Amino acid sequence: MTVVTSADNVAMTRVLPAGDRLARRRARLWRERAIEFVLFLAASVSVLTTAAIVFILAKESVVFFRQVPLADFLLDTQWTPLFDDAHFGIVVLLSGTVVSSAVALLVAVPVGTTIAIYLSEFASARVREVAKPVLELLGGIPTIVYGYFALLFVTPLLQKMIPQLPGFNLLAAGIVMGIMIVPYVASISEDAMRAVPMGLREGSYALGATRFETAVKVVAPAATSGIAAAYILGVSRAVGETMILAIAAGMQPNLTWNPLEPAATVTSYIVQVALGDLPHGSVGYQTIFAAGLMLLLLTLSFNVVGHWMRQRFREAY
Amino acid sequence: MAVQTPAATRARIARRKRWDVVFAVIGVVCLMIGVLTIAALLADMAVKGAPRLSYEFFTSFPSRHAERAGILSAWVGSALVMVVTAAAAVPVGVAAGVYLEEYAPRNWMTTVIEVNITNLAGVPSIVYGLLALGVFVYQFGLGQSILSAGLTLALLILPVVIVATREAIRAIPAAIREGSYALGATRWQTVRHHVVPYATPGILTGVIIGMARAIGETAPVITIGALTFIAFLPVREEAPLASLLSLEWLMAPFTVMPIQIFNWTSRPEAAFQANAAAAGFVLVLMTLAMNGIALWLRYRMRRAIKW
Amino acid sequence: MAREADRERAVEQGAEPRKAEIRGLNFYYGEVRALKDLNMVVHDKHVTALIGPSGCGKTTFLRCFNRMHDLYPGNRYQGEIRLYPDDVNLLGQEVDPIEVRMRIGMVFQKPNPFPKSLYENVAYGLRVRGERSRHAIDDKVEQALREAALWDEVKDRLAEPAFNLSGGQQQRLCIARALATDPEMLLFDEPTSALDPIATASIEELMRELKHKVTIVIVTHNMQQAARVSDYTAYMYLGEIIEFGLTDDVFFRPKHARTEDYITGRVS
Repeated sequence: MTVVTSADNVAMTRVLPAGDRLARRRARLWRERAIEFVLFLAASVSVLTTAAIVFILAKESVVFFRQVPLADFLLDTQWTPLFDDAHFGIVVLLSGTVVSSAVALLVAVPVGTTIAIYLSEFASARVREVAKPVLELLGGIPTIVYGYFALLFVTPLLQKMIPQLPGFNLLAAGIVMGIMIVPYVASISEDAMRAVPMGLREGSYALGATRFETAVKVVAPAATSGIAAAYILGVSRAVGETMILAIAAGMQPNLTWNPLEPAATVTSYIVQVALGDLPHGSVGYQTIFAAGLMLLLLTLSFNVVGHWMRQRFREAY
Repeated sequence: MAVQTPAATRARIARRKRWDVVFAVIGVVCLMIGVLTIAALLADMAVKGAPRLSYEFFTSFPSRHAERAGILSAWVGSALVMVVTAAAAVPVGVAAGVYLEEYAPRNWMTTVIEVNITNLAGVPSIVYGLLALGVFVYQFGLGQSILSAGLTLALLILPVVIVATREAIRAIPAAIREGSYALGATRWQTVRHHVVPYATPGILTGVIIGMARAIGETAPVITIGALTFIAFLPVREEAPLASLLSLEWLMAPFTVMPIQIFNWTSRPEAAFQANAAAAGFVLVLMTLAMNGIALWLRYRMRRAIKW
Repeated sequence: MAREADRERAVEQGAEPRKAEIRGLNFYYGEVRALKDLNMVVHDKHVTALIGPSGCGKTTFLRCFNRMHDLYPGNRYQGEIRLYPDDVNLLGQEVDPIEVRMRIGMVFQKPNPFPKSLYENVAYGLRVRGERSRHAIDDKVEQALREAALWDEVKDRLAEPAFNLSGGQQQRLCIARALATDPEMLLFDEPTSALDPIATASIEELMRELKHKVTIVIVTHNMQQAARVSDYTAYMYLGEIIEFGLTDDVFFRPKHARTEDYITGRVS
């Protein structure tokens, strides 16, 4: 037993016997390890979630594709899964997705990029302080409310200009979806532009360029891959959007490339089926998983490409 | 290049500078598109829905008669689902964030986790609904219940909570941690007594933003099978506290605000659309209020803590 | 030979033609007075160096010439920089900074080529000026690259991105870019501090040739460089010009104690 005393200090009688100290240390280590393991489990929930998503989509889709050949799924031009003579051509739903996303991008890309350039190169700090929260608010409005807005405000408005526009149409849904995506595109593009070093701007100004010329000829080109990433991630959002389309575009599958018509999308179809009765194990039940799988593959590819581009851009500067 | 007279040069410069003004105007116009959208949305819902906003609206069940329909079951359902969501997302999300910032070694496993979190943030919400349908409702047998919905939304906002936690922790200077370790504290003690408490305002901001998102989510909850016409509460009216505590409401069928709005919007009668407007207005106000609180918290934090 | 002697005598007598005259220049960053009552002359087609310890205001002074401070809020000029031969005050409120920058070019400390091709980098200044003729731009680009001693190295790869060049080449590209618009004056802000010795030597050689075409003002923290390259030198300290004159005089026969302290290394 070792007790350390010193002439001046009080004897440190609280020093424990060596055996005790070791036991305490071991207990402490075990406790720390256990806590770390618990925290690790929490972090792995994300991996488990991804695994679960892939598992469930694959499991139900496999059953589906045993009954419906993949070629039919991809090439058939009708989508009538609940009829006796059932057809499962996903192109029908994809047409709705593509058209509505195209309309959305036609709105979001110009408006979002302009806002990004304006905020990054033109606006004063005060304007930016007001604009940023406004954009965040715009992006935070629930999509169901946007759906309501598209159906009961935008469509009547459009009908005044286009009298033959049906009550359900892809145009109104696409426009509102575009407005919803604007904050997303704008903030990623703006981040990209602000990352461009000041030296490049000064070089342009020193040659007698105006602010507009510098922004458009030097800064934006320098931020190209970041801005492209913003567009790609915006596409992903548009493709995955559900409620605006479920409410405002109608849920009738319709193979069309005309935004003035109603149509179902991959996402709104799933909602439509979910609203009905879903006997577990029926073909109807399985179609939504096949549709979901298609959706996941699409959005995942866009997201991967978009993030990779963003990463490359960050490394360049 | 031909030599230009000073006047010609100046005229050309003036022409070029005009583009500065033109573009600035276009920029403001684009911003106004956003502002006008919010304004039009709020105004439309306020005007159409205001007549319906009354005490009865908040305390009545939905009904076939539009004038008598209310959002009682909807907002109670939303509140209960939010409780489950928070109870699931906050511990798991904060724990995951703490692990990634304080414990995780830089190896492939950590990279896999981080990539997964980034990917999950971009997965469409309806895919979460499909996950919940297949796994929670059927595989785990939780049925079409508040528990399923709460867990699904928790998974949905998990990336938001994790990212907010990580950023809040990153803002804490290394000197504070080193001070704790230097006094002989273990890693967990440092995390528990220093890191998490100092990161709490930032974490809270992220949680509020996540909840604001969850409260407005419709697609995943529809997919699980929340019913759109619920004329009863998951909590027994005769003994509300007892039934709350017994947690029997977790397995009850339910509805939430966005679904009620969806149901009413889908009805052609103008009277129901007025209900939808009123409920939508309430929902947007709740979402804006939560976002506003989060923004205010962030603003206060930036001014208060100066490490 | 005789003409050299004539010129030297004229320089000594201060009869060299002036390109610019600085009168009572004060500059404020917000409330802070960074430049205090500067008075100086910049001689036409000569190299003037601004030297001094860090923080003495030499870069701040340089950036007044092409109104770079206008890009950032809160800055204020007081006094005049008069540019000859038309005797206009560059700092005047009524004078457009863009016009100033079209007459006075700048080369920065860190080479900042645009993310474009070599050709487009040099052509940029011409394009913003409205030059459209492909033929005219081609000629100007070649001329500028020759003057920057870069033409032979890059004439076959004008379409390549500018980032492919080495540091020294990039800086010469930036010089070519500034030269393409025929400026009357070129400002160099520590142009070689980010370059290796060989690149530095080539840039210094370039400056010695360019001064026959453009007036040059250079900021450098490297005294030896100032001694090698410049005809006139101004020594600055804490926002004031302590001494200005022929480089030889300032370095070998300084009039002020402060100057001597810096030159001899007592002050860094």
